[in-house]
Amino acid sequence: MTTAYPAPNAEPQHVEGHEKHNLTGFIIFLCSESVIFLAFFSGYALLKTSALDWLPPGVEGLEWQMPLINSVVLVSSSGTIYLAERAMAKGNIWGFRAFWLLTMALGSYFLYGQAVEWSGLQFGFTSGTFGGTFYLLTGFHGLHVATGVGLMTLMLIKSFIPGNYNGGEQGVQATSLFWHFVDVIWIILFVLIYVWQRS
Amino acid sequence: MTLATFPASEPKPSWTRYFSFNTDAKVIGIQYIVLAFFFFLIGGLLAMIIRGELITPEADLVDRTVYNGIYTMHGTVMLFLFIFPVLNGLNNLLIPTMIGAPDMAFPRLNAVAFWLVPIFGVLLMSSFFVPGGPAYSGWWSYPPVSIQNPLGHLISGQGLWLTAVALSGVSSIMGAVNFVTTIIRMRAPGMGWFRMPVFCWTALAAQSLQLIGLPSLTGGAIMLLMDLVAGTTFYDPAGGGDPVLYQHFFWFYSHPAVYVIILPVFGIFSELFPVYARKPLFGYVYVALASFIIVGLGLIVWVHHMFPSGVAEWMRNLFMFTTMLIAVPTGVKVFAWLGTLWRGKLRLTTPMLFCLGGLFNFVFAGITGIMLATVPIDLHVSNTYFVVGHFHYVIYGAAVMGIFAGIYHWFPKFIGRMPYEGLGKLHFLLTFVGANLNFLPMHPLGLMGMPRRVSSYDPEFAFWNVLASLGAFLLGVSIIPFLLNMVSSWVRGPKATHNPWNAIGLEWLLPSPPAEDNFGEHVPVVISRPYGYGLGKPLVEHQAEIEQALALAEQQEAAR
Ligand code: HEM
Ligand SMILES: [Cu+2]
Repeated sequence: MTTAYPAPNAEPQHVEGHEKHNLTGFIIFLCSESVIFLAFFSGYALLKTSALDWLPPGVEGLEWQMPLINSVVLVSSSGTIYLAERAMAKGNIWGFRAFWLLTMALGSYFLYGQAVEWSGLQFGFTSGTFGGTFYLLTGFHGLHVATGVGLMTLMLIKSFIPGNYNGGEQGVQATSLFWHFVDVIWIILFVLIYVWQRS
Repeated sequence: MTLATFPASEPKPSWTRYFSFNTDAKVIGIQYIVLAFFFFLIGGLLAMIIRGELITPEADLVDRTVYNGIYTMHGTVMLFLFIFPVLNGLNNLLIPTMIGAPDMAFPRLNAVAFWLVPIFGVLLMSSFFVPGGPAYSGWWSYPPVSIQNPLGHLISGQGLWLTAVALSGVSSIMGAVNFVTTIIRMRAPGMGWFRMPVFCWTALAAQSLQLIGLPSLTGGAIMLLMDLVAGTTFYDPAGGGDPVLYQHFFWFYSHPAVYVIILPVFGIFSELFPVYARKPLFGYVYVALASFIIVGLGLIVWVHHMFPSGVAEWMRNLFMFTTMLIAVPTGVKVFAWLGTLWRGKLRLTTPMLFCLGGLFNFVFAGITGIMLATVPIDLHVSNTYFVVGHFHYVIYGAAVMGIFAGIYHWFPKFIGRMPYEGLGKLHFLLTFVGANLNFLPMHPLGLMGMPRRVSSYDPEFAFWNVLASLGAFLLGVSIIPFLLNMVSSWVRGPKATHNPWNAIGLEWLLPSPPAEDNFGEHVPVVISRPYGYGLGKPLVEHQAEIEQALALAEQQEAAR
């Protein structure tokens, strides 16, 4: 059975706006995600400032040279992902792929550097709150870097499906936003862990 | 204006959709609510055991350690498996229909968020059957108790508890992202922020709190899990850790969590009082905005739960002050409701009775809340039954009663049938008397010094405890007329029209029950503020025609 039902708006309402929901939702999620880091950072600062002896016996402190190289790598990858996005906006799909791949390479190098650093350390996850917070923070951040590289791989594969990226792609925007986010978190983390050594 | 043909009621969908991975927000809403009440019965059963134990001073009904597990599970089940799911159910039903959206912004995510609930529910329940029994460190799960694993099994009640709470967090974040995106991006044409119903304002405020607060608990719980299973010492002073740090993480979320619970209930009050007093909501803009002032303040009061935990003096004073400030926006709302009721033509239907009872209890809880915010009083009564009495007045007296009000009020819309008034009023009477008889005696008990979380007590406390237990059993009985009412009116209650309460709102311009995509593509254009009772202004363009069409469809349906 059907009834005559007035349709004051003959034009469909939600069609154009619909595509943008994904990005909105993702931004909201990122805001929420940043609070976990805020919690970890403030926990770290609190434990560190209130500790009697922060460094476990036999540990002098952290080497900063290698993490610094890693920082440079990660920060420049924020630049390359920006260039990738710009290329995409101009419709230059191969330029996009090139810079995107470069970003993925830089991200993977960062993970490699992190692994090398971890394997050379003389303390573990259970070496007091110093070891605990160090591995918690770098590990949780590293997990985000790995997720970012995974997302980029996905977007790269998707770019080879014909017609997919004609008018820009929200997944690309979201991934790049996520990557900048991971980058900013790293800078804070670097300052908190490697620069702020004396308590 | 164009006339479109539009199916008034589609072929009746099968009931099996309630047991499937369905992406329609209205189906998910009902799934949430029914599942939540299943767990309400479990949590209630545990409460009956608690009160049965406490009817005599001796520990005679259950073993002491079992008692610890029972109150821990009672609190956990009631919060994570009853109250959050039932509110998410209401959000699912109401947000899309109230703002004229066809569904949520991310329907599949919505379904995933729902199906996580039975999964972690089963996980939590299974902890009754592992060696050592369920978690027993209270719903706060404070270290050091919560990082001890005396039996040394990998799977412990505490570990299952943490996993379940983590999954609950994932589900809540998925839900929150969805609700916020939907409200921000999918409102009907013409529905600016200050034409949005207050329920949506409060839902938006509550879900923002979830997004900001919950990650703190997640972070804290990850560290707790590491302490429990991986041997770290974040909260263990022996390894340089600090147990109070966990308390900060926990309460940074769990204080806002009480606003996640009560804000939507404020929304329900704000929706229902105008309907049943036949007057516009007094001070609509202030009521709407006060929700966000509560969000801001609610995030900076958490230390009031830690006054006895050895925090600095300046912190105590600061947080006492911020806590008292919250009374201001809350008071704005209370006075707005009273102003709405003032000289209204009150219709004392079941939903209205639940609202009035809930408001009464809420005001009482507000007074004891201000008392608790005062540091010297709190130091005296912290961890006594005074606190248990206070928060049950908020949570049962105000929130659960408000939720019942909402269920009776919107039942006809989403089920398409009317609940029975007689059973409803009986349910109200038993609930109101039972709740007050149960929770009022807890205040004198607390002032006299009876600690919470104990299964035996001095005989001098016996009198008030007997009263409280009688009230609890009355509450236990009160659920019977409710369940009877829901089941029988769902099966064979009188058919509901599209607007049985004569209410104003987009959801009441849909057939009862609405079609799967609500308004579909014919979303009405909103032209005035909500709650225009007695003002004679239409809410949407072509309102008269829409209502005529709905009435016509109902007549045809009845004639068949
Ligand atoms: C059927 C009605 C209820 C009764 C009779 C009841 C009774 C109690 C009692 C006596 C305690 C204190 C246990 C102790 O400290 O030894 C308690 C604790 C608690 N209740 Fe209820 N309650 C009821 C409903 C609810 C509801 C609806 C909620 C929340 C939605 C709730 C949440 C809690 C929480 C969070 C605790 C604290 C558990 C802990 O100490 O860790 N209760 N309840
Ligand atoms: Cu609080």
